[in-house]
Amino acid sequence: MSKQQQYHGSGWKNLVMAAVSQKPSTDFLTGDWKTFMPVADFEKCVTCLTCVMLCPEGAARLDSNTGKVYFDLNFCKGCGICAAECPTKAIVMQIPEKDKAEE
Amino acid sequence: MTTTQNEQSNRKNSSLKLELSKPAMPKVEPYKQTAKDIALKPDLFLSGHRACAGCGPATVLRLVTKALRGPTIVTQATGCMEIVCSIYPYTSWGLPWLHTAFENVAANASGIEAAVKALGKKGKIKQEHIDVIAIAGDGGTYDIGLQALSGAIERGHDFLFILYDNEGYMNTGIQRSGGTPMGASTTTTPAGKVLPGKMEKKKPLTEIILAHDIEYVATATPYYWKDMMSKVQKGLEVEGSAFLHIFAPCPRGWRTDPSRSMSYSKLSVETCVFPIWEAVNGKRVLSIPSKMYALAPQKKKPVIDYLEGQGRFRHLFKPENKHVIDQIQQATDNHWQKLLKQCETTIR
Ligand SMILES: Cc1ncc(C[n+]2csc(CCOP(=O)(O)OP(=O)(O)O)c2C)c(N)n1
Ligand code: SF4
Ligand code: SF4
Ligand code: SF4
Ligand SMILES: [Mg+2]
Repeated sequence: MSKQQQYHGSGWKNLVMAAVSQKPSTDFLTGDWKTFMPVADFEKCVTCLTCVMLCPEGAARLDSNTGKVYFDLNFCKGCGICAAECPTKAIVMQIPEKDKAEE
Repeated sequence: MTTTQNEQSNRKNSSLKLELSKPAMPKVEPYKQTAKDIALKPDLFLSGHRACAGCGPATVLRLVTKALRGPTIVTQATGCMEIVCSIYPYTSWGLPWLHTAFENVAANASGIEAAVKALGKKGKIKQEHIDVIAIAGDGGTYDIGLQALSGAIERGHDFLFILYDNEGYMNTGIQRSGGTPMGASTTTTPAGKVLPGKMEKKKPLTEIILAHDIEYVATATPYYWKDMMSKVQKGLEVEGSAFLHIFAPCPRGWRTDPSRSMSYSKLSVETCVFPIWEAVNGKRVLSIPSKMYALAPQKKKPVIDYLEGQGRFRHLFKPENKHVIDQIQQATDNHWQKLLKQCETTIR
């Protein structure tokens, strides 16, 4: 049987499986895309969770143990949405220390 | 790069496998949940996707997955959001997910819904009900996908169609679509000596959908995330077709600062460029953020506040193009007045 027949010759049940992406994208870190990183001032933060909701990466998160927000720098792309939308201006975008050293 | 390698090895035992195999979320209504509950719910649109920094549609999809009520199958037409979450061998979906072509996501959803029903009748699946969501961009909805969409909702398939509208064919390099607004410069409507960007108005898509007499049609935008999530939930609860039009800023295609995506989402409502409302059985009601401007019209902002800072509208600020801004203001006002009439009985 030719490959063609094997795949298409005898009904849909014999079709080969299509490509399947099998690894979670959390194995692919996007944190090194950023130039600036968010830093929160907990004196000002009122835990309104705006940053957690609006972050496109799911990198701004609420820590269930401490009850505080944090930023997963493995994924944060440094877009600055959290800092722009924070109602108390608790977040500032900074150049990471390690990049400062490289300058 | 050593940091990245370290980070990578640190994450070897990532909690992801757990996340992926978590049981379906309990049936709870997000609009009755506290923000804290929602924040602690795991995203099923996972980090590590390849969308540009500041991507509005990415925020939309994350929040949509937090609003689900139970077992769900997602199918996506090609476009930015389908590409960024499925770059082989990675997937950003913690849900059963099917890619489909550009034009037929609604047909795909119809098939999934029919298959689930058939399997249920034969007793081959345990779930009592499985929600089906179709997701497409404006290109995949306003233009090439409209025929499949019209067919699927006319047949009344039980699914929720989510349109994330970034107003252009972004994935292929910012071409115009039926959803691109008047005055926007795209690679196929370049602003220059001949034309000040796209000259046609945005296609009245939701009116076309409403004309199909389906039970639930709504518009939303992610800055008002609670409103958006409650609309996802309502769309899922409908037995039959539901349609949700979500306005989602795209910093790459709009040539805007990535940090401003959500402020444009907010401005679109404040200027009435994109009013948010819902229609249950054709009865249209303005949602609270838009209703504010019906009750206090003096608070409505001029469209110029929304156009400002967007590279795709930059040419409109040249003296010779000022009239286009006036036209946009006029068209926005007309559209808003018409909408107010349609919602008249419900505004107090
Ligand atoms: C039939 C067909 N024509 C063209 C393409 C190329 N194509 C892939 S994505 C895309 C644009 C998608 O635009 P939209 O639906 O608005 O999504 P966005 O990329 O803006 O998120 C195009 C033209 C295709 N995949 N199939
Ligand atoms: S947006 Fe600002 S105040 Fe709100 S949780 Fe985030 S850091 Fe805190
Ligand atoms: S800078 Fe952008 S990606 Fe990083 S945490 Fe803030 S919103 Fe998320
Ligand atoms: S081009 Fe726009 S929609 Fe596409 S990934 Fe980038 S920001 Fe998102
Ligand atoms: Mg688009």
